[in-house]
Amino acid sequence: MSAVSTASRFKENAHAALIDARLQGALSFSRNFTVRRSAAAERLPEFEALRDSARAIKDHTLAHLDLYLEAYERKVRESGGEVHYAQDADEARRIVVGLCRSFGAKSVAKGKSMVAEEIGLNEALEAAGIEPVETDLGEYAIQLRGERPSHIIAPAIHLTKRDIESDFRRAHRDLPPDRDLSEPEKLLAEARAVLRAKFLAADVGITGANFLVAETGTSIIVTNEGNGDLTQILPRAHIVVASIEKIVPTLEDAAQLLRVLSRSATGQDMSVYTTFSTGPRRADDPDGPGAYHVVVIDNGRSAMLGGAFEDMLRCIRCGACMNHCPVYQALGGHAYGWVYPGPMGAVLTPSLIGVKEGGQLPNASTFCGRCEEVCPVRIPLPKMMRHWREREFERHLSPAPFRYGLGFWAFFATRPALYRFSTGLAARALHLMGRSKGRLSWLPLATGWTRWRDLAAPERTTFQSRWRAKSGATR
Amino acid sequence: MGEDMNDSAHRRGAGRKSEPRVGLFVTCLVDVIRPTVGFAAVKLLEDAGCRVVVPSQTCCGQPAYNAGDRLSAKALARQAIGAFEGCDYVVVPSGSCGGMLARHYPALFADEPEEAVKAERFAEKTHELTSFLVDVLGVTKVDARFSGTVAYHDSCAGLRELGVKAQPRRLLQSVDGLSLVELKEAETCCGFGGLFAVKYGEISNAIVSRKAEDIKNARADTVLAGDMGCLMNMVGKLQREGSPVRARHVAEVLAGMAEGPSIGESQKEPAR
Amino acid sequence: MNPRSEATNSREAVFASIRRSLGVAGDEEPRRFEVEARLTKAPVGVRPERGQGDLAARAATFKAEAERAQASVAEVPTLAHVPGEVARFLRDSNCPATVRMGADARFAQMPWSETPLEVAVGASDGHDLNALSFAFAAVAESGTLALVSGPDNPTTLNFLPDNHVVAVARDDLVADMEAVFLKLRAAYGKGAAPRTLNFITGPSRSADIEQTLLLGAHGPRRLHIVIAG
Repeated sequence: MSAVSTASRFKENAHAALIDARLQGALSFSRNFTVRRSAAAERLPEFEALRDSARAIKDHTLAHLDLYLEAYERKVRESGGEVHYAQDADEARRIVVGLCRSFGAKSVAKGKSMVAEEIGLNEALEAAGIEPVETDLGEYAIQLRGERPSHIIAPAIHLTKRDIESDFRRAHRDLPPDRDLSEPEKLLAEARAVLRAKFLAADVGITGANFLVAETGTSIIVTNEGNGDLTQILPRAHIVVASIEKIVPTLEDAAQLLRVLSRSATGQDMSVYTTFSTGPRRADDPDGPGAYHVVVIDNGRSAMLGGAFEDMLRCIRCGACMNHCPVYQALGGHAYGWVYPGPMGAVLTPSLIGVKEGGQLPNASTFCGRCEEVCPVRIPLPKMMRHWREREFERHLSPAPFRYGLGFWAFFATRPALYRFSTGLAARALHLMGRSKGRLSWLPLATGWTRWRDLAAPERTTFQSRWRAKSGATR
Repeated sequence: MGEDMNDSAHRRGAGRKSEPRVGLFVTCLVDVIRPTVGFAAVKLLEDAGCRVVVPSQTCCGQPAYNAGDRLSAKALARQAIGAFEGCDYVVVPSGSCGGMLARHYPALFADEPEEAVKAERFAEKTHELTSFLVDVLGVTKVDARFSGTVAYHDSCAGLRELGVKAQPRRLLQSVDGLSLVELKEAETCCGFGGLFAVKYGEISNAIVSRKAEDIKNARADTVLAGDMGCLMNMVGKLQREGSPVRARHVAEVLAGMAEGPSIGESQKEPAR
Repeated sequence: MNPRSEATNSREAVFASIRRSLGVAGDEEPRRFEVEARLTKAPVGVRPERGQGDLAARAATFKAEAERAQASVAEVPTLAHVPGEVARFLRDSNCPATVRMGADARFAQMPWSETPLEVAVGASDGHDLNALSFAFAAVAESGTLALVSGPDNPTTLNFLPDNHVVAVARDDLVADMEAVFLKLRAAYGKGAAPRTLNFITGPSRSADIEQTLLLGAHGPRRLHIVIAG
């Protein structure tokens, strides 16, 4: 079973997020991702062409995924590494814990990995008596709070510096109470010192992978901090956890995707560290891990191939969609209740944990289309959210009043004369109700609107009735 | 055939063959809540030399479509396509319904080749109002007066599905006395999203609150858009907050029909 | 079930599931051919104009982009001038006059004794403040350095010290990542790669605290690039 979900309580989660003043304040820090992305896109004339190229590479790879996966595995073995396959989250956890045990690991340094969150890896390691230490600064901050990431690129975006300061004071035993941690630089210096010791003490390093290159058997990670690098070169073993759709055919293909990844994520042309890792250390390497293991995870993705949601497998986890989403910007990531938030989370979650548990997410969208507009690999996110809604409607998973309401509307709308008659009545009634101010502050069945907004009252008669009257129609 | 012979040309006795025959798809919200917009659209189209007809019509089917009810959506689509059969063009004072008709109808019938052809032909002749005026008819200015500062909100579907951005601004700039300011986040969703506004009212409120802030910061006295849904949502929030900012459909201003009550106002309210 | 057969079963299950979804058996010739062809040819996609041009243009672009990423860049006429520049940089940055480097022969041939620098050679264990590496190549398009692992330039030197100086030969200033891959294949063979290939663009940074950009997250706080030649 994958990580625990509260996605079915989305509305309640959303409510909690909206009344959380601290969270709302913190969310304001994330508002300039959009500006940075568009500046980066504008600065590169070839950006749109690169998006098309990236999309084509992903589509081609997915259509030949079995063969590229075979080629990748061969190359990893050739360079002295090992590939393990996990069908689901349980198996992935067992494999990773088993590997850590085989290295006698007591502590494990971790680079940021969303698929590791998905499979609930940290909990499994802890249960096995192994200490996982998140080394990405944001991941470290949330680990201290027992929280999940709220954004796939900036996991601690929901925290303020005050939050982080109080967490450090609580968790860092050797921290003198009079040390000044009032500013971000001081917090960073404290984290750097504490985590440096952990890096050097870790027995095993676990990272994710942004891409797995079939041509050379290489795993690529993209960071700004360098934590993913220290995680993999210092410990005795390097374990990579990555889902099957991370495969790209060649180094050149990786370059295409890397160019749109960092620009879409943070507006950087390149992240500070883009690292290509191939196998364990060579005979003459003075540093590097002695062992290199890649755990390739399916967990529901192979079932998406060839289906209505196949396009979702193009996702390169840049986070642009959530940065541009008005719903995500209002709620933050935790409200989505599982691992992946925002538009990509809304489409992927039901695929991975089922539509009964995750089905609310694709409903909570205005279909503004900004996500699709900025997706580097042109995933038609609103269309796929609509697919989910169709599935739910067919399976009667949408709430009954809602289905009846729609059926009611459709009944009238397919009978024009009846429609004109009833809308005329409704217009007259609502006009009367709202005639003193021209608007209503309350309307039964529409409290979802009127609780927060006034509702404009109609003009009394409908356009079609007036038009007919003017033209003296006989029909 | 479902077509109503109440066309303006017969009323006025015109009959020039060079006039394109334009079917007005009035939209539910304009039909039921604000007919003024419909009449403004008719005026703009007639002034531009079109013969306007209004076939008997109901809903484009978007609420059903977005709710996942393809069957109802198809039924309504077939009805709409049939109703506008005799028209050279179908013009819609809404980016949202316009997008449904011009982009999603063909997708709806992707699995029915015969219907798909009809839907394609229908989609090809369908346009949002301001983009029809500017891009198809080549209208560059309107003969209207409006004193005040306005901000134009880019409705999502109009912007992203139909490319409506420069056209309304172009026409607004030709309105005598009108001063146009840009919202800092003109292209950000207002939070309407059709049924979303009611189903997820609390989230919709959070989104429209930000939009209202943006509108107030722009110091416009009127916000305009090409979609009634967005307008009702934005002005409903502004009014609940006690803001004096008004809302009108862009067609009203362009047609010089912006003297009456703005959206959500009554004649009885004292002048502000 | 023993671990080995469980592992084989999982492997088979994952491949079977992929093939089932794609509607293929896996042995279809046209697909195999396409995959082989792409892996062999490694076709190049869109290559931005930005990094292209002659050596002078590439050097100028590299410098501008590297500085944009908060690295500092100096140019010296020959390799022999590198030690002097390293000493100057450390002095001007108020850093101690110590430096660790790898076994790269080009470093060994430099006149280190002409500087007051205390030189150490080999991988770092975390106790070095300053490190010096020789880049495999430099990428003009993004102001990026390409560094490969090995005894010549141990990877730990790129990450553990506070200050990282990287020398690059002017002739190794290439246009883009694609040009680096060509060089890589020439050096390591087709389909092979060193343990680690680092593409480094500027000093280590984080914006995880209230989106405030800070340098020196885990890796070096300062990155100084010396173009020699």
